[in-house]
Amino acid sequence: MGGRMTTAAAVAAPPSEFRTGLTNAKLGVWLFLASEVMLFATLFTTYIVLRLGASEWPRGWEVLNVPLGFTNTLVLIVSSVTMVMAYAKCWDRDYKGFRIYLGVTIALGFVFLGIKSFEWAAKFRVHHFPSTSIYYALYFTMTGLHGLHVICGMIVNGALFVLSKKEWDHPLFMGRIEGSGLFWHFVDIVWIFLFPTFYLL
Amino acid sequence: MSDDQHGHAPRSFWRRYVFATDHKVIGLQYFFTSWVFLLIGFTMVLLMRWELAYPGTPIPFVGRLISPLLAPGGIMTGELYNSLGAMHGTLMIFLGIVPLGFAAFGNYILPLQIGADDMAFPRINMASYWLYFVGGVLMLSSFILPGGAAQSGWTSYAPLAEFNPGQTTWLVSMVLIITSSLLGAINFLTTGINMRAPGLSLFRLPVFVWAQLVTSVLLLLAFPPLEAAAVLQLMDRVLHTSFFIPAGLVVLGTKVAASGGGSPLLWEHLFWFLGHPEVYVLLLPAMGIVCEIIAANTRKPLHGYKIIVYSMLAIGVLSFVVWAHHMFVSGMSPMLGNFFLVTTMIISVPSVAILTSMIYSLQGGSIRFSVPMLFALAFMPLFGIGGLTGLPLGLTVTDIYLHDTYYIIGHFHYVVVTGSIIALMGGVYHWFPKWFGRKMNDFWGKVHFWGSVAAMNGVFFPMFIIGLHGESRRLYDPTAQIHNLPAHYWHIVSTVSAGLLMLFQLPFIINVIHGIFWGEKTQENPWKATTLEWACPSPPPHGNFEKPPRVYHDPYGYSVPGYREDWLPQNVEWEGA
Repeated sequence: MGGRMTTAAAVAAPPSEFRTGLTNAKLGVWLFLASEVMLFATLFTTYIVLRLGASEWPRGWEVLNVPLGFTNTLVLIVSSVTMVMAYAKCWDRDYKGFRIYLGVTIALGFVFLGIKSFEWAAKFRVHHFPSTSIYYALYFTMTGLHGLHVICGMIVNGALFVLSKKEWDHPLFMGRIEGSGLFWHFVDIVWIFLFPTFYLL
Repeated sequence: MSDDQHGHAPRSFWRRYVFATDHKVIGLQYFFTSWVFLLIGFTMVLLMRWELAYPGTPIPFVGRLISPLLAPGGIMTGELYNSLGAMHGTLMIFLGIVPLGFAAFGNYILPLQIGADDMAFPRINMASYWLYFVGGVLMLSSFILPGGAAQSGWTSYAPLAEFNPGQTTWLVSMVLIITSSLLGAINFLTTGINMRAPGLSLFRLPVFVWAQLVTSVLLLLAFPPLEAAAVLQLMDRVLHTSFFIPAGLVVLGTKVAASGGGSPLLWEHLFWFLGHPEVYVLLLPAMGIVCEIIAANTRKPLHGYKIIVYSMLAIGVLSFVVWAHHMFVSGMSPMLGNFFLVTTMIISVPSVAILTSMIYSLQGGSIRFSVPMLFALAFMPLFGIGGLTGLPLGLTVTDIYLHDTYYIIGHFHYVVVTGSIIALMGGVYHWFPKWFGRKMNDFWGKVHFWGSVAAMNGVFFPMFIIGLHGESRRLYDPTAQIHNLPAHYWHIVSTVSAGLLMLFQLPFIINVIHGIFWGEKTQENPWKATTLEWACPSPPPHGNFEKPPRVYHDPYGYSVPGYREDWLPQNVEWEGA
């Protein structure tokens, strides 16, 4: 489309000396992540306030499965690496390599969700629900919200995986991979905070 | 970046006017929707005002139309009063003033003032509007949904809100509205930072753009905590967690079956962490509008442009560290109270600096008393009353007496109604020629102005007196307490004024409708103003500017010595400047 080409050209050479040099999409993703930081910061604050006010608090490693949580941490960290690799392959214009790395990233998302749902199911089997205690309320809410973010990241990555067939040469495609990658790293970082908070403290 | 960003506007009716991506159409969608919500919210409070002035008597005219479950024989029940109270606050703030001041004016004016052809993300822009619309309709429809409308005030304090029927709908609507605002904030910031015309450096931006950018930061960083809090309260209600339910809570004589361990105070903190920046979300766009109107109508540059900009930035930062002054009597360590007392006193400094700059801007100007200028002039003293009456509330000692009285209602309505809404009305008269290529009628504009200003003072000034008598703001029937009787006639003054205020909006509504279709046609720059929005046709076509503008000057090039006119537009190159 003609319109698209104009836009792409505008991105390549910003007409104004005062532009930031970032594409709108990248700037937008960073701003979005700022609001996400506030969202999760609020939940962590809630955790701190409620824990400080609690008379008793379960030890994370006694009620949760630390090896599984640790495995999940590794899974997400590795998926962040493969996400970067997909982006790098995009730079190298290596279509096949890109598809493999993005595919692995998505697959690792499924592994994470699989382990997470196994953990949740194990809790439900012994009748531990969000309503059981404030600890479980926080655990299910925060890991649940994080899980939703994982799913969103996988949907975006999946959409890009499908679109890459057609839009591999689109001038904005690389920016989209970068934006999706930023979000995926953010989701990874949130888990890196969630894991010690619930499993180790 | 939509595909139709360049070239012709979409032809189909649905893509052009309903699911539009053009920032101007979305701006007008926000404009009309938010005025409808403002009128509905105002109507609600008229019913409440009747109940307050004449408790236990049937509401005239409309009482019989309300369901007998809510108002048997036309007499308002306490439940209806509570619902109307909660909905009035919610509608006016989240569905009225924020979408009007931030989204409607911002969407239409901000891209024009920076010389852009559209917002950075037109489709996200459309999503913002429709999330807001669906959230608003859901909020209103809660009156007819099972459980009725929320009854816990716009603040939804726990644990009351945990058990009131109707609260779930409120929370779901709020999550939609908050998401809409977040998307809007991201869009505005990206547009303002990244899409400025060549030559338009940050310190050449009109004050209105600065106001919108600071507002966007506030929305971006303050709304997520409320979104999180709303999710937690939703969890409490739907999945029976107890984030805000303390252990051993007893409601209506029975112990609540919840695990407990939550903290009701936590809700207040999370709510006001949004709630206070929200005050400035309501106010900053209004201040920006007033600055634009003053500059164009005094024919001289704004006094202290940089002072105003730095003050707005300071307000943006400080507004995140004052929230607990809403909670001085909720239970707080005195040390913490003192901290928030000090920050609250400090944040009044930039507000006063802005107001002072506005007043100094009048000095030596040849003031044109156009209708928008009347509103801008009224903003200054009336917002001043609102601000000054806030000081006793920010001091912990005096707040103990004044907290939760009518005084505080008087205070924040002076800020939001005679401050924000007055400015927003002025903005409508100011930019109407740009939106529709036609002017609003001056005579009826003046009728609207004088009637509204007089009636607003009649509504809100008595509240200071009632409050100083010690009357609680939360009473359904104030005459039930004998100490309220001596000041009760002020309630009647307030109610009659509120009726008049509604009456004086009729010329406004008719003026807008008449103006759109039959108003006097105008040129692209009827006010002879200098900022970029006046450099494109009225109404601007799809894509706004015929060729992308270039900026050569500061925003307010009025009465530049040596120039042939008393206004030097930002996009006109001239060596003498």
